[in-house]
Amino acid sequence: MARPFDVRRQRGFTVVAAFCFALLYLPIVVLVTYAFNAGESIANWEGVSLRWFVAAAGNAQVIDASIRSLQIATAAALIATTAATLAALATTRTAPYRGQAATFAALNLPLMVPEIVTAVALLIVFARIKMATGYTGLGYLIAAHTAFCIPFAYLPIRARLDGMDLNLERAAADLYATPVRAFRHVTLPLLWPGILAGFMLAFVISLDDVVITEFVKSGGQETLPTYMLGQLRRVITPEMNAISTAFLALSIVVVTVFFLVSRKRD
Amino acid sequence: MIRPDGALEAARRRDVRARWLLSAPALLILAFAAIGPLLVVVLYSFLTPGPYGDVIWSFSTDAWVGVFLERDIFDDTLSLADAHMSIFVRSLTLATATTVLALLIGFPTAYFIATRPERTRELWLFLITIPFWTNILIRTFGMLEIIRNEGLINTSLRTLGLIDRPIQMLFTDGAVMAGMLYVYLPLMVLPLYASLEKLDFRLVEAGYDLYATPFRVLTRIVLPLVKPGMIAGSILVFIPALGAYVTPRVLGGGKTMMLGTLIELQFGQGRNWPLGAALSITLMAMVMVALLVYVRYAGREVRHG
Repeated sequence: MARPFDVRRQRGFTVVAAFCFALLYLPIVVLVTYAFNAGESIANWEGVSLRWFVAAAGNAQVIDASIRSLQIATAAALIATTAATLAALATTRTAPYRGQAATFAALNLPLMVPEIVTAVALLIVFARIKMATGYTGLGYLIAAHTAFCIPFAYLPIRARLDGMDLNLERAAADLYATPVRAFRHVTLPLLWPGILAGFMLAFVISLDDVVITEFVKSGGQETLPTYMLGQLRRVITPEMNAISTAFLALSIVVVTVFFLVSRKRD
Repeated sequence: MIRPDGALEAARRRDVRARWLLSAPALLILAFAAIGPLLVVVLYSFLTPGPYGDVIWSFSTDAWVGVFLERDIFDDTLSLADAHMSIFVRSLTLATATTVLALLIGFPTAYFIATRPERTRELWLFLITIPFWTNILIRTFGMLEIIRNEGLINTSLRTLGLIDRPIQMLFTDGAVMAGMLYVYLPLMVLPLYASLEKLDFRLVEAGYDLYATPFRVLTRIVLPLVKPGMIAGSILVFIPALGAYVTPRVLGGGKTMMLGTLIELQFGQGRNWPLGAALSITLMAMVMVALLVYVRYAGREVRHG
């Protein structure tokens, strides 16, 4: 029996798509599966066990690096989102002004520069500052992360502002609201989903960064990704799988929330 | 007396000043931790390397000469720096191959998603987004688990009795390319999907009504309309692949260096910061050329559309 002719159908595309999804998920599935292996190697499956998760949770270096990662991501995402919100308010909903294009280019610059180039640039500058001031704290990593998080926070906030009805704020002004009150009670509540999306994007981007952190960190400032990068060059035990699985779970939670927040367009 | 348009002009100026003030925090952070340091890289590429890394403050063009040429240690003659050239060529080749493969796999996938019923489409898209948001290191580690000597492929083949000794896949150019393809594939699918989603399938139907074969419909109707997405996706894959650092470092060996790892070498064991700076600017210039080609093309597309 012949099926009705479907104009959308292209022969073989479904097969390639299936291959694509398999390619995307096979490595992740293998990685997660072997985190639960009781044995030492990927070569043989010796039953389900949580021993590698227990080992990871008991590893002081892992815990230390995880806490540092979260501290940096929280600080960088907060600062980047605040700065990006102000910048988005400044660069949208206006007649073009002198310097607007330059501001826009500067805000998006970190997206265009290869990570390795930013990394060595910061290494050069921060090495000088470290030598001159003697300060070697987390400030450098937070500053570096904040800078590359700004465009990621800026874009969803700007998109939200572009779609917002300017008349609501005009109405507030007509009803004698001060600019601050109009912002607080009209603009901000409408803008909130964009700010939240921007914050979460920035948070995940900061949490994931390997290259820039690897070059900027001072001694003893491993984050979870740089710790993992160091371990990958040694003998790999399933403890790495367990750490990756936990990290993956966190990312999926954040992304799912992001997905739900940004979908609510009312 | 202030004329009304004078007052208007003053208000406009106040508004612009407020806008600069609001942008100031973001711009200051970027100046300190992004734009400023990039300018310092340019400066460093014209200085002399210090004995233990860093630089000595004396002007020199050696680093720039060193990017492309090699000085013979015996007779002081200059010749093309073969080691660097092969790394430039490898980076360009691997980035191009990754982009082409990503396009070949990504296009049918995006097409598949765009032709799903509206209700399931978002789920498929979500499945593309999850690997995209997964840490690049975790994904590279996943690929490592598949291709290393004790990895999934080798152990499976061994269990089946097809091989006695593992096939060496890790530390090869192929491994780096597979890793980059895996890591950057979502960056190809997402813009392709954005283009395909807007495709008017009535045009496809019209093609069939005029007796076009599915292949001709694809090449004459679908592909030309989706070209902006194909170019955007290619740029999004090509640029990070060209400057890749994590993938070649984890999956590649000492003999499969790419630009990213070559730059790192100059700041580590190489102790030649000016050369590293000059190589960084060279990479940056290559990226800018790719972006300019994209902007020119995208601009032309808009005018035609």
